[in-house]
Amino acid sequence: MYIPGMKGRNPIFERNVPGTTEKLQKATVGIAGCGGLGSNAAVALVRAGIGRLILVDHDIVEASNLNRQHYFQTDIGKPKVEALAAHLKAINPDVELTLQDVELTPEAIASIFVNADLLIEAFDRAELKHWLIQAWCLAFPDKPVIAASGVSGCGNTGAMRVHSSGNIHVCGDEESDMSMGLCAARVMMAASMEANVAIELLTSEDKRS
Amino acid sequence: MIIVNNRDKVEWHEGMTVQDVLDAMGYDYALITVTVEGTLVPEDDYGTQTVPDGSNVGLFHLAHGG
Repeated sequence: MYIPGMKGRNPIFERNVPGTTEKLQKATVGIAGCGGLGSNAAVALVRAGIGRLILVDHDIVEASNLNRQHYFQTDIGKPKVEALAAHLKAINPDVELTLQDVELTPEAIASIFVNADLLIEAFDRAELKHWLIQAWCLAFPDKPVIAASGVSGCGNTGAMRVHSSGNIHVCGDEESDMSMGLCAARVMMAASMEANVAIELLTSEDKRS
Repeated sequence: MIIVNNRDKVEWHEGMTVQDVLDAMGYDYALITVTVEGTLVPEDDYGTQTVPDGSNVGLFHLAHGG
């Protein structure tokens, strides 16, 4: 019988990929932005058994977020980090969450994410993605950053890919721009790609052996 | 010869900078993140950091949306 707090026996992970849950339970992932990318990546990571998330966002849930972000009508008007935390705890009450309802700045990266094993970039605007990757690589040159670029429009599924160099991994088509509009299926695909890369890095033998 | 994104080849020349590689690739995107041999190049250094012959260069185009 499952007793809350005894994570290794949590029955929600019975169907997980063998050998992954134990490693993920020890891992901490930083998520910069809790919108279309961050909220959906967080859900995927919690379902996979991630131990701890550091969630950073300073926005309030708006009705226009509901076309792609993991929020509900009852969340409108609430801080995103608080609304998302409730949904993540509803999946796994044992997941540890650090909530930062702040506007992220390059200077704050080193302190906010000091305990993170890797970062998921989940901003909306390209210039923010750009400085976040730069600031992360300067603060933590040996830790991976997983970003998304080119997640807009609909269709064009085959153009989605993971492009990696060193500790930088970028998911998406690197072309489509949000002037095309944003569709849940495609944004969630990119978010799932980011989560999948994180899971791969955190469970690989050489990374956490 | 410089290899870009494990795919494209760019002719190398003495003193070639990161910006020269971007120009040779015809990249005119506003926001490009660059790595040389897997290490990030700060944006302020694109015009001054030279790229050794045979380098693997990573160019990431960052587009809005999320």
